Amino acid sequence: MIEVVDLHKYFGKLQVLKGVNTNIKKQEVVCVIGASGSGKSTFLRCLNLLEEPTSGEIIIDGIPLVEQRKDINRLRQKVGMVFQQFNLFPHMTVMENITLAPMKLKGMSKTEAYETARDLLNKVGLPDKDNEYPNRLSGGQKQRVAIARALAMDPEVMLFDEPTSALDPEMVGEVLNVMKQLANEGMTMVVVTHEMGFAKEVGDRIMFMDEGIIYEEGTPQELFNNPRRERTKEFLGKVL
Amino acid sequence: MDSVIKSLSDAIYYNLIREQRYMQFIQGLGISLQLTLYAAILGTVIGLFLALAKLGRIKWLEGLATLYVDVIRGTPAVVQLVLIYYAILGSSNLPKIVVASVAFGINSGAYVCELIRAGILAVDRGQMEAARSLGFSYSHSMIYIIIPQAIKNILPALANEFIVLLKETAIAGYIALDDLTRAGNIVRGRTFDAYTPFIVVALIYLYITTMLTWLLNKLEGRLRESD
Repeated sequence: MIEVVDLHKYFGKLQVLKGVNTNIKKQEVVCVIGASGSGKSTFLRCLNLLEEPTSGEIIIDGIPLVEQRKDINRLRQKVGMVFQQFNLFPHMTVMENITLAPMKLKGMSKTEAYETARDLLNKVGLPDKDNEYPNRLSGGQKQRVAIARALAMDPEVMLFDEPTSALDPEMVGEVLNVMKQLANEGMTMVVVTHEMGFAKEVGDRIMFMDEGIIYEEGTPQELFNNPRRERTKEFLGKVL
Repeated sequence: MDSVIKSLSDAIYYNLIREQRYMQFIQGLGISLQLTLYAAILGTVIGLFLALAKLGRIKWLEGLATLYVDVIRGTPAVVQLVLIYYAILGSSNLPKIVVASVAFGINSGAYVCELIRAGILAVDRGQMEAARSLGFSYSHSMIYIIIPQAIKNILPALANEFIVLLKETAIAGYIALDDLTRAGNIVRGRTFDAYTPFIVVALIYLYITTMLTWLLNKLEGRLRESD
């Protein structure tokens, strides 16, 4: 589904990604863990070209990077993204947040878009919040709306950039539950997270990033219970 | 005491009543307000285009807009007015109010550009990223997401710019346009009284700007409410 070959990314002189190689299969849930500054967010943002890779290749659905660049907006319609800071549109109601893109970009009728949005709001457990403005919602509710908004475009992959890091502890669960449900339905997901419990339970594969490379990866079983390399052990020793 | 009242009533009589001189002030105010309105509209349009040029990614357009803003902000408005009047538009037979409106509009555009630019830049970066990640193009993200939010930042500053603009137009007399300030000058020329006409002029400006400021504060209050 997504193939990443020798991905490098510089910010000015600072090298953030130093050759990332991986292959993400359809319906796979990949959790990316690692210390801050290890390049995991940058890696994720390269996957929908919010960050322009300096070199390397990203093949999504058989389409290479050069081709994606030509039609970047179409690519992004297939790749949903959820941000740490939610980034809901504050001047729009929940309903408008969710329906804007399907109506404007997919030419969906208002009735159809609203119907889909209601289904999605049900799914994320917020059926009665359609007319609220984002600033009236709690952090956890905002993030669930943000997930619904991304899902409204019917993406093939969902990218999550530390989706629970800006939340109060008591709200982390509600967001993770929605993500869990999504994973169970077979959504392909790449999740940058500090929630080791979630990674262990939901992840098909754990990727530990360190200093701009995938330092070690494996099933949750392998990585959490029998880490082979030194820095993985060190990191897990600190967070578990 | 009697003499004070006498001289005050004389001053009012000679400067306002006699030969219907109050009409000078009223007509002058009309010109000033018209000029401000036209210049504000033109300035907003110019400012919007300049701001988009400065924010966009076309290098030469950005350079051109920067040059425009630097030149206008770096030279006195009165010099711009006279130059535009004589050099550019004076040769045609356009009415003076049109010439002055264009000159003040060009001037105001540079300031409005910076207001709009600042208002757009004040919108959180994540908004553009969220819009782009949904698949919106840069311009559609601007139209649907960024600009509606930026307007909230821009409107109060823009209204303030128009209040400043009203006072700026007081130099329109340099090209012999009979605005409010020049009305004071004309009356002074007839009555040889330097104080009264300009006190009247000052009071009128003060009244209008106070009213506009009051409206502006109400607008700001309403915008804050919707947050």
